[in-house]
Amino acid sequence: MFDVIVIGGGVIGGLVLRELTKYDLRAALLEKENDVCMGASKANSGIVHAGFDAAPDTLKAKFNVLGNKMMPQVCRELGVKYKNNGSLVVAFSEEDVKTINALKVRGEKNGVEGLEIVDKTRLREMEKNVSDEAVAALYAKTGGIVCPYELTIAAIGNAMDNGAELFTDFEVTGITKQSDIFTVSSAEGKSVEGRVVINCAGLASGRIASLVGDDYIKIKDRKGEYILLDRESGDFVNHTLFFTPTRLGKGILVTQTADNNILLGPTAEEGNSNTATSADGLSFVIEKARKMCKNLPLFNTITSFAGVRAYSDKHDFIIEESKNMKGLIHCAGIESPGLTASPAIAEYVAETLVGGMLPMKKNGGFNGNRKPDYFFKNLSMEEKNEVIKRDSSYGKIVCRCEQITEGEILRAIRENPPAKDIDGVKRRTRAGMGRCQGGFCQPYVAELIAKEQNKPLYEITKSGEGSYLLTGVTK
Amino acid sequence: MKTNYDIVIIGGGPAGLAAAVSAYDNGARDILIVEREQKLGGILNQCVHNGFGLTRFKESLSGPEYAARFVAEVRVRNIEVWLQTTVLSLSVDKKVTVINAEIGVAVLQAKAVILAMGCRERSRGALNIAGTRPAGIYSAGTAQKYVNIKGYMPGRRVVILGSGDIGLIMARRMTLEGAKVLAVCEIMPYSSGLKRNIVQCLNDFDIPLYLNHTITKIEGEKRVTGVVVSAVDENKQPIKGTEMHFDCDTVLFSVGLIPENELTKGAGITLSPKTRGAEVSQTRETSVEGIFACGNVLQVHDLVDFVSEEAETAGRYAAAYVLGGKKQGESVAVKNGANIAYVCPQRVDKGAGGNVKLFFRVTGTFKNCTVTAKCGDTALVRKKKKIAVPGEMENLLIPQEKLAGASGEITVALEAENE
Repeated sequence: MFDVIVIGGGVIGGLVLRELTKYDLRAALLEKENDVCMGASKANSGIVHAGFDAAPDTLKAKFNVLGNKMMPQVCRELGVKYKNNGSLVVAFSEEDVKTINALKVRGEKNGVEGLEIVDKTRLREMEKNVSDEAVAALYAKTGGIVCPYELTIAAIGNAMDNGAELFTDFEVTGITKQSDIFTVSSAEGKSVEGRVVINCAGLASGRIASLVGDDYIKIKDRKGEYILLDRESGDFVNHTLFFTPTRLGKGILVTQTADNNILLGPTAEEGNSNTATSADGLSFVIEKARKMCKNLPLFNTITSFAGVRAYSDKHDFIIEESKNMKGLIHCAGIESPGLTASPAIAEYVAETLVGGMLPMKKNGGFNGNRKPDYFFKNLSMEEKNEVIKRDSSYGKIVCRCEQITEGEILRAIRENPPAKDIDGVKRRTRAGMGRCQGGFCQPYVAELIAKEQNKPLYEITKSGEGSYLLTGVTK
Repeated sequence: MKTNYDIVIIGGGPAGLAAAVSAYDNGARDILIVEREQKLGGILNQCVHNGFGLTRFKESLSGPEYAARFVAEVRVRNIEVWLQTTVLSLSVDKKVTVINAEIGVAVLQAKAVILAMGCRERSRGALNIAGTRPAGIYSAGTAQKYVNIKGYMPGRRVVILGSGDIGLIMARRMTLEGAKVLAVCEIMPYSSGLKRNIVQCLNDFDIPLYLNHTITKIEGEKRVTGVVVSAVDENKQPIKGTEMHFDCDTVLFSVGLIPENELTKGAGITLSPKTRGAEVSQTRETSVEGIFACGNVLQVHDLVDFVSEEAETAGRYAAAYVLGGKKQGESVAVKNGANIAYVCPQRVDKGAGGNVKLFFRVTGTFKNCTVTAKCGDTALVRKKKKIAVPGEMENLLIPQEKLAGASGEITVALEAENE
């Protein structure tokens, strides 16, 4: 019997779960996939928005500005890379200039500090590769970047280290309540009981809501395609460069990532929930990125991918108790700036919403600090030698492109939440995320997983059941 | 622990091994080979097919056999080797930072460094091919490692994109292991692989080669279930209406090799945008004095025999550098002219002595053509070719006496009589 059951292992569910472990509560996380961070949280732009985009007096505006302020501290505690690189909304026409001035006014109304309009000359000093056609920009000093899957995994790992329980492969198909106790069940007949249930199911949050008759929550999907460039081009831009926003969102951006790659994208294709990339989508990304910047180093492309974002027809976050079932909280329609807002949403949900339902006593044993998942590369020579002296597996480089050691990979397989397959290791350690895309290290990583899980190599998968790497042994 | 060496060689594959033996035979003694894998030989260890050494040894060896000959030469000379040791960085003043499980991280000081890190395969991601990202997508070399080193099959029904040599070799290898190779697709109008591999690996097994075709979509959620292949026009754009569908569980990529020059860049060495390797003189000395480069980290070769030859040159001059403190002499630049994709070396050191062999690749298929190396209007050397193709590296030998008079830039160009 749990005090709180969180449905959905994305960044919202993860940070809510961690927030709950700050109190004396038994908390559980239910995730339908075989690993956490398998939806929108693993494939998005990773931007910590300043907060000038959202209309004043919306939940988006409120939690964006708050979350932006909280993010550096949360990342420090969780050992997650965050960089305050600043954002630029670039204007290409007189019309655009009007828009960025309006965004500045809106941002100030939302409480965003340090917004500034920069002219052509200053813009070029800030970004050497910005297009010659650019005429001005809105500069938001408080804009930043974070690695979204690192944040999600670290938050859930930290919550687990503080007592939360994770159930993977648990797709919720039923929520019932009897004498104040919820039973949350899966199609395969698994079930858990709890006093409070929080729906953080992302794309599935509408479906979860409909299980209790909350049909007013309507969630749609919007696919976005991205292109990622090698770290070698990491200084191509320093800030996050946006076009002026349209009805469909913020458009194609060009940004550094927290890991010093360059990211181009996303497209915005409504009503598409498959994560396949398309020739048209990728050409559109290139076309727009070329409009934003000159000298685009496309020869350094290392991969392209697509993610699906959930949004609600209300175009604002839905963070409230169910209208039909007391004790069920919905966090739905958390589209951009949801990643930025996540720490603030988590705090509000735990303190205010759960706090209004359950007695909340501080957990004296809570330790919010977590060591970075991959860290070895950034240590000094002396520190590296100390680590290797304690555990010689840190002396073996497995992923040559990202310089990731065997020690880090073993740790990802052993620690909370444990990596089970090649992609799980990749998201936790960056092994396979570099320029060779796992060409060299995949066989090694597969062997390490096989050894740790005591399985034959051909049972190791890329990403869960059915994604087998090998089809058998040779003759 | 000893941390000072005359010559540190980064990489114990074919280039590193031949460079070490040559440096030793030219008088250097204090040599260290740093190799990241558990054994010497590099990628040759997974190349179990034969055809290696035809030029050098006049016999057909397997990859491991070819490597073993050089490993034996290294052993007999007692050249020091550190295995399972990765070089983390290299500095312009020849400090080599290494890591392994026993010593941890250490900084070695070398008088000369030979770069012999080899190359990596271009991945699916670099091509922006549309579709899903399931299991079953491998570079040909990764598949080769699973099959030949680990003893596992990466798939049963295979489509290969790119007709590079590793892809062709793997088409045959997978077939021999019981897989069905449905197609090899090549976006160019010609194969980038050796002709003998087209014949022995595809034709002999009735595997179709689709020139001017590419994969335009990969399908499958968890594991590959199929691909769409389309013909391309002269701008390499897919032609609508030419789509063919293949049901397959595996896609192999053999779409080019990229010299692995991250350490080279870290040391501030000038790279050629054409070869993506260091710019060197005929001694294989880079823009940094005392740092040499050879083998596939310098330019991607067709045959290991030529890698060994190039590495011997680098080893010889590295030895001369540490023994005699030889400085870079006056040099002239070498440029690629009409119909030439690149030339290596990119400069000729006039003080180095000897004849100079210029290696190059052509930009298309040419029949009955003439290749010339000119200095100004003076032809230094001229060579007639019945056929020249991008898949086969060509060379021109400039005799020493011709070089003496060369005072300006040397240009290599190809004149085609007809295409």
